[in-house]
Amino acid sequence: MIAQDAQSPQWAKKKFLHDAKVHVQDTGHRTFVQKALGGYFLSRDAQKARYRDWEQARDAASLAKWSAVNRLDELLPLFVANFEANGGQVHWARDAEEARRIILDLVREAKAKAIIKSKCMTSEEIHLNAALEKDGYGVIESDLGEFIQQLRGEPPYHFVFPCMHVRREEISELFGKFLGTPPTNSPEELTMIARRHMRQLYVDADVGITGANFLVAETGQISITENEGNARLTAALPRVHISLSGIEKVVEHLDDLAVLLPMLATAGAGQQMTCYNTLYSGPRRDGECDGPDEMHLVLLDNSRTAILADPEQRDSLHCIRCGACLNVCPIFKNVGGFTYGTTYQGPIGSVITPHLRGLSDWNHLSAASSLCGACSDVCPVRIDIHHHLLHNRRNAARTVPNRWEKFGHQIFVIVASRPWLFAAGGAIFRHTLGMLKRLPVPLLRDWLATRALPAAPRKSFRQQWRQAGKDSL
Amino acid sequence: MKISLFIPCFVDQMTPQVGVAVAQVLERLGHACEFRSGQTCCGQPSFNAGYWDEAREVAIRAIGVFDGAEAVVGPSGSCVAMMRVFYPELLKDTPHETAALDLAARTFEFGEFLVKKLGVTDVGARFPHRVTYHDGCHGLRELRVKDEPRQLLRAVRDLELVECDEAESCCGFGGLFSVKFPMISTAMAEVKGGSLARTQCDYIVSSDPTCQLQLDGWLQRNWRSPTGTIPRTIHLAEVLAGAPL
Ligand code: SF4
Repeated sequence: MIAQDAQSPQWAKKKFLHDAKVHVQDTGHRTFVQKALGGYFLSRDAQKARYRDWEQARDAASLAKWSAVNRLDELLPLFVANFEANGGQVHWARDAEEARRIILDLVREAKAKAIIKSKCMTSEEIHLNAALEKDGYGVIESDLGEFIQQLRGEPPYHFVFPCMHVRREEISELFGKFLGTPPTNSPEELTMIARRHMRQLYVDADVGITGANFLVAETGQISITENEGNARLTAALPRVHISLSGIEKVVEHLDDLAVLLPMLATAGAGQQMTCYNTLYSGPRRDGECDGPDEMHLVLLDNSRTAILADPEQRDSLHCIRCGACLNVCPIFKNVGGFTYGTTYQGPIGSVITPHLRGLSDWNHLSAASSLCGACSDVCPVRIDIHHHLLHNRRNAARTVPNRWEKFGHQIFVIVASRPWLFAAGGAIFRHTLGMLKRLPVPLLRDWLATRALPAAPRKSFRQQWRQAGKDSL
Repeated sequence: MKISLFIPCFVDQMTPQVGVAVAQVLERLGHACEFRSGQTCCGQPSFNAGYWDEAREVAIRAIGVFDGAEAVVGPSGSCVAMMRVFYPELLKDTPHETAALDLAARTFEFGEFLVKKLGVTDVGARFPHRVTYHDGCHGLRELRVKDEPRQLLRAVRDLELVECDEAESCCGFGGLFSVKFPMISTAMAEVKGGSLARTQCDYIVSSDPTCQLQLDGWLQRNWRSPTGTIPRTIHLAEVLAGAPL
């Protein structure tokens, strides 16, 4: 979906509230998504149990990312030098537009007739497919989940499990409609249908576009993790390979992957290891029988340096996009992936989207949280996710305060600073609550629409304490 | 030990029986309790809404109220987390930082205080009911209190403790979140409340009166049980005071 930044103020918030309301009423969908994650929890816990100490592994993973993110100025040039020495070409993109332009130019130069692509959330971030299609280039998503979403004309629902909300029957129907295949209920057969369809497309494509999970500075290699083998074919068969990656994906050592790869698999998908973990070290060299003629890497900033400049939230650049925080998030599970209206859904999306697309338009995502902290507890690289939601709220209150809200909090301070006023206000509230419940009082009305409210007690604790003769100060 | 009661604003005004139960349990164990009537609210509503300047004023005042108290004990994981975890962050790099850290070190959640500070698990209570325990998120994840309330409950006579399958899920209260995003909040209450009620318990025990507000509010209005009974929430202190509602 193309950003609709030009719409009326608060459009994103209004849309969020509307979609959330619609979604929570769809109990069938909510239960389906909840169930879909049931298996994940079981396998994740089983895999976690294989670690001698999961918490120490989190420390190690977070340290690897911390030391890279805090030394990007040194490690990015090192990576680039090594990548270029391997024969790759690097292109720097300040923002989404620049990245799109670079990729379009490369595609044009390659005189591409067909483009194949593997899973790459960064390409969703820059709305790459729409741009390529606008210029007349067909792009095929080769990851099964992304392919299904492409046929459905929808963005990914979850940035790791793009079509987790789609039932098997729907996939079968979709394939029937677009590929003319007979209905089937077997997941294996559905996978095979997509594979058979895809094989020739790999061969026909002149350009393959992939993402990157890690950029290894000391070797200049790109690490890509996948379950289907489609990224390998996407990178190896077409004549030109273009990889798109955020600058924060750099790690210093090849050894860092020894902890990051298994943790990515376990935390996000409940796997011991993802099926294919490949390191790409440049285009085909003399004497090699396969691989692309050219290998390009587009390194995208798109506000990442702004996050880097904020020491408080810098750790949000540690994110390895495992998806674990979405899987445990009660907000995600109840409002669904599309309600966010963002490339990155769930808790981490709520943290970084205001940085990527503006705090005034996207702060409502940080407000839409009970701050339960389930996300921070599972994050393999220990991002302080739920506290960053608080930080975003604070930054929004400072830079784009809501006048009425601020006024309300100022009144609150006046009351909370005067025990007598607090006690008097409390007494009035308690004695009028019965009546207030019958009036359309904002907030109170929102509570009462779905929940009961108990009657207020006649005496407050402080009254009871005083009357018992126990007051001490 | 002289214990200074930290009675959160909600408990003071809406569930005073919880404060009374806390004092009863602590006094029964031989400790004197004081209530400093200068206390009001910890400032969490403003803090969570992002209005930190406002919250800071309230926090500085609260730190003054509890100045010199040997131990500050409150019956709410959330409000205790505000004092212990968030005051130091809120007052970082201000002249009040040291005082905030000092108060943080003296502040305890009720169940945690009994087990970790006083070393008590059996307070001699009897509560002949089937109960389940609801973990409030702030207690669970900011204070890391999980086992303590369960240890206390297991020692209560005639009490049967069962676990629900969503034990670590949020009830959806989240302060102002519950009225700013009522639809999401309610959906969360449905998941957690349903899971708790399906244990067929008589009572849902909690250490957070505002979680109780949310869960009770949802269950009383929405829960349809085959047996016709709707579980009620009760605070841990009330169970330990041995006086069922
Ligand atoms: S924030 Fe942490 S848990 Fe969430 S996707 Fe990123 S690495 Fe995974």
